[in-house]
Parts: sequence; structure tokens; C-alpha cells
Amino acid sequence: MTPGRLVLFSFRSILRNRMRSLLTSLGIIIGVCSVIVMVAVGAGSQAQIQKQIASMGTNLLMIMPPRGPREANRLTTADVAKLKAESSYAKAISGMVRGSFEVVGGNGYYTTSVQGVEPDYLVIKDWGVVSGDFFTDADLKTRRKVAVIGQTVATQLFGTDDPIGQNIRVRTTPFKIIGVLSKKGATGMGNDQDDVIMVPLDTAINRLARDRFLNDIEISVTNADLMTAAQTEVTTIMREAHRTGEGDTADFEIMNQSEIIATASQTTKTLTALLAAIASVSLIVGGIGIMNIMLVSVTERTREIGIRMAVGARKRDILFQFLSESVILSLLGGIIGILLAFGLCWGLSYFLKIPSEIDPVVVAAAAGFAAAVGIFFGFYPASKAAKLYPIDALRYE
Amino acid sequence: MAIIELHGIKRHYTMGDIVVKALRGLDLKVEEGEFLAVMGPSGSGKSTLMNILGCLDKPTGGSYVLDGLETSCASSDAFAEIRNSRIGFVFQGFNLLARTSAIENVELPLFYKRGAKRKDQRALARKALDDVGLGPRFHHMPSQLSGGQQQRVAIARAMVTDPAFILADEPTGNLDTEMSLEIMKVFQELNSRGKTIVMVTHEPEIAAYTKRIITLRDGALVNDLAVTGSRDAGEDLAAWKARNNLIAHLAEAPK
Repeated sequence: MTPGRLVLFSFRSILRNRMRSLLTSLGIIIGVCSVIVMVAVGAGSQAQIQKQIASMGTNLLMIMPPRGPREANRLTTADVAKLKAESSYAKAISGMVRGSFEVVGGNGYYTTSVQGVEPDYLVIKDWGVVSGDFFTDADLKTRRKVAVIGQTVATQLFGTDDPIGQNIRVRTTPFKIIGVLSKKGATGMGNDQDDVIMVPLDTAINRLARDRFLNDIEISVTNADLMTAAQTEVTTIMREAHRTGEGDTADFEIMNQSEIIATASQTTKTLTALLAAIASVSLIVGGIGIMNIMLVSVTERTREIGIRMAVGARKRDILFQFLSESVILSLLGGIIGILLAFGLCWGLSYFLKIPSEIDPVVVAAAAGFAAAVGIFFGFYPASKAAKLYPIDALRYE
Repeated sequence: MAIIELHGIKRHYTMGDIVVKALRGLDLKVEEGEFLAVMGPSGSGKSTLMNILGCLDKPTGGSYVLDGLETSCASSDAFAEIRNSRIGFVFQGFNLLARTSAIENVELPLFYKRGAKRKDQRALARKALDDVGLGPRFHHMPSQLSGGQQQRVAIARAMVTDPAFILADEPTGNLDTEMSLEIMKVFQELNSRGKTIVMVTHEPEIAAYTKRIITLRDGALVNDLAVTGSRDAGEDLAAWKARNNLIAHLAEAPK
């Protein structure tokens, strides 16, 4: 019997018992669908987390004061100056002080985060202004009292009016608004990044901060591949700047963005793998369902097998017939499962805003696995059919 | 030329400690063009002989030469090929595939024939169905056909590979008199065109349409008779129909 005929016959036999075939492949349908959806949602949330981490800055290194109750903050603008002078991997460096202040201006009061930063900060954050200008190094040196405000602050204080040229007061210091930042959106934690006012670092230290220490120093490295090298270099420069003796604990910590991304990816990957593994169990259960029905089918069709053998079907013809039925059954289930997965992923992102990325490799693997399940679980019933003795099969009632 | 040559065929079944000797050294020779009836009471070894002749079962001893081919050392695949190309089966219960059209049932042996061309299959199946006089019901399902029509399809299926002989097991067992006569008419026509037929039956009146009757008893051949003046199924069928028509006519006639 030719393969084409075999497939045709198998299809016919499957279509003859539509309801049963559908119920039989339901296990495979659910299995394939859930594996694809799990992996897609995993990949989607991983991409989202990475996007959020990336929104912190490009190739970011953050130098922060050490954590712990007894640790003192010793980060200063002198460190920033030394890093700027000596670091070969840094593309942009900015110190930062920040605090929450009640700001007066425009329509009234508004409490927001005021950050003292350097012009490089925009490069680090890959940010820009939509109107006006950002302050310059000259503004820092002269400690000008100018401010650039985020979109949220602009709306809160000035509504639809143009904030540029307006004055706001932070604590006792008046600042003139010279620019409005472009919209940045929320961070991964849900913080509104547009709810911010930026002023020159030196002005902030001088006018707003309680001491002369920086909350952190942020560095953008020229290339993602150089993150580790840059971290080593920055560590060396900082230890030198703080005269930390060899073997002594550093009085600062460095957070490496690529490490955070790696950690986050690892977590989501592990979670995705776990979910996919659980989902694939249903594929195996589906396979057992197929085996069960194929066994029933072999018993039911014993006479048919006998007739086929009497008119010249060899053992392997019978084997292939039942095997192809179970493979087609599970493959059809796989195809339905794939279609269902696409629908489900679309629904998840459309109605529940859960991002998902369907991986073609996973789709192919799920389809392949479905076929493999068909072969594996179809083999026993098929060989049982092939081993029937023609006389007994013909006489079977 | 002999189509079937059996020499000392034995078939023993072991059931626990008891050995049942279904056939005890049977010799039989069937020439081309014969129409043979195998008779005998139940337990006489008819079915066993039928299974061996049909290459569905292997004898415990003896030799079976089919159409010049020694079958005793054939593998199960070779047996399948012999059944496919040299033997045409007709069963008591028709044994057609359910929910499969008449023509596809007839095509079935061709699917398993090696080297059979797809194009020719339909044509061969149509010709076989024409030969048994099924008429235009090619695409009817077995459930839509009468018993006699189903048996015609089964005979067409047996004929389609042009086998060395047709092996029929109680082919009229499930049919009424008229249908039985129809089937015997088909067999006689096939036989008159030179087809060898071996038919197992326990009805003497059916055996009367053959040319030779062998009788088995306790696994041995006890009788081998040539039928002189065998009946013509076509004539009997016409007579039967005429008689029925007359009865029907009388029943309907006004009093």
C-alpha cells in the first residue's frame, strides 16, 4: 500500500468517528496548546522585564553607598571627577542626589522627586527634552537655579500651559524651568519616571541636600560586551579614590545592569521551563489517551483486520495502518493545539495585556513531540493488530 | 494442470494434553476449471481444510502445492502475497468493510498488491463488479445493499486480482433461496469461463450446482464423486421466480 493511500485511509477512518477522534486528541490539543502558551508568555514577560531593566539606562553601572545600618555614604563629586578623568570604558558619567520635595509653582503644590544630575545623565538614560533645553556643564559650574521637569510634573503644575520660563520653588530656592522631558513611562516596579524634576547637580548639593554626598553615581559603558571590564576598572578607580587598602572592604557597591538582566532572565527561564514541563505532562497523558482509544479501535476492528489480512495485507501493512492513524490523530491534535495557542496568546495580549512571544522553534518542537507521542503510544496497539492471527480475526464477533 | 495438490495433509491442534487431529493425511488434487464442493458434517475438518487451502493456516504435516508453488516453507508475508494474488475468498458473512463503498471494497486486494498501478485499480474493480452483475450500485455502502448484492461485491473482490482459484466458505449460508440461486448462477458463469472454484457447503442442494463433490468425515476424505448432470442455477432461478410470481398472482386474484 502506498503512503498516500495509507494517509487517505487513516483520514477516512478518523473522520468516521469524528467525536471520538476529537475527544481522543483533546489531550494532545491541550498539551500542545499549553506548552506553546506557557513558553510564549514566559518569553513575553522576559522581554518585558528586559525592556524595563533596559529603560533604567544603557549598559548601566551604578555605584551606590554600601547597604547596611553602619555603613556611611562616601560618594562625592570628586569621585565623579576622577572617574571622568580616568575611566576608558565610560561613555557618560553622572553623579546624582535626590530627594522628595514639595514644589510650589503654577497651579499650586505638588510633591515629587527632585534629582540633581549632570548633563550626561540624559545620555545614560537615553532620554531627551521635548521642549526647551537641558542644562549644561556651565550651568553646573555656576550653580544656576534652573530646572527641567518631567511630563507628569508639567501636567500637575501647569496643566496645558507651557511651563517653560515659569518659576517653581523647591523648599526656599526658586528655579526657572528651561525644559520639559520627553515621556518615559513607568519602571518595572511601576514607578512613574516622568514624575521628576531635574536640576543641576551642584545646585542641588548646594541648595537642597543635607550633606555633600551623592546618592549614587551612574555610568553608561560604551559597549555591552565591556560591562565586566568596565566594572573592574571602576572598582579600581573608586578604591584608589577612597584609598581603600588592599584586602579591605570597599565602601561602595557596584550594580551591573547586565548582571541584573541575566538574573532576571534566569529566573523567568527557570519558571518558563517549569511551566512547560508541567504542560508537557499533559502531552504524555494525551498520548496515553490515544493508546487507549487505539486499543479499543483494534479490538473493534478485529474483523476488518481479518478481512484485510485475508485479501493480502501483510503484518506490516496492518502495523503501518494503525500507526499512521495514531500519528495523524496526534498530529491533527497538534495542529489544532497550535491554532488554539495562537488564539489564546492573541486573547491574552488583547484582553488581559499579558505579553507573549510565540517561538516558531517551540511550535515546531510541540508538533514534532505530538507526532512522536503518536508513534510511541500508537506502536503497542498497532503491533497488537499486526500480530493477530487471520483465522481468529476473521471469526471474531 | 493441477491448481491444488494436497499430499498427506495433517493438521493437529494441541489443547492441553489432548491432541485433536482435525485432518489425518488428506490427499486431494483439483484441476484447473473444476467446480468443487467440500461437504461433511460439522467437526469433519471442512473449516480446517478451508483454512489450509486459503493459506490462512499451515498444516502440521504434508505438502500443499498451489498453482505449481510449494507453500509449506513460505513465510507469513509470502502467505499474505499468495492470498492476495492467487486466492479469492468468499465468506458466509460477506466480510465487506463497513462504511466503505462497493467499488472500494473490490479495490481492497489491489491496494495490497505490489506493483499495482493506481490508474488500473478503478478499471479492474469496475470490470469485476460488471462481471458479477451488480449493476450501477458502485458507490453504495454494504448497508445499502441486499445480502445477495453484498455477496456479489464479495465475489467481485475475490475475482479482481484474477486468482488461481476462488475459495468460498458457505457462500449461500446467510442468503434466502432466491439470492442463493443468484449467487450459484454467478459461480456457474465464472466457472464456465474457466475459473476454478472450491466451495465449502453443508447443503446438498447447493452442492448440486457444482461439478464434483468431496465428502470429509473425521478429518479424512470418505467420498469423491463427479456430479453427473449438475443443475443449472439460471434455470432453477427462473423456475423459482415464475413459481413465486404465480403464487403472488393467485394471492392477489379476486375471489
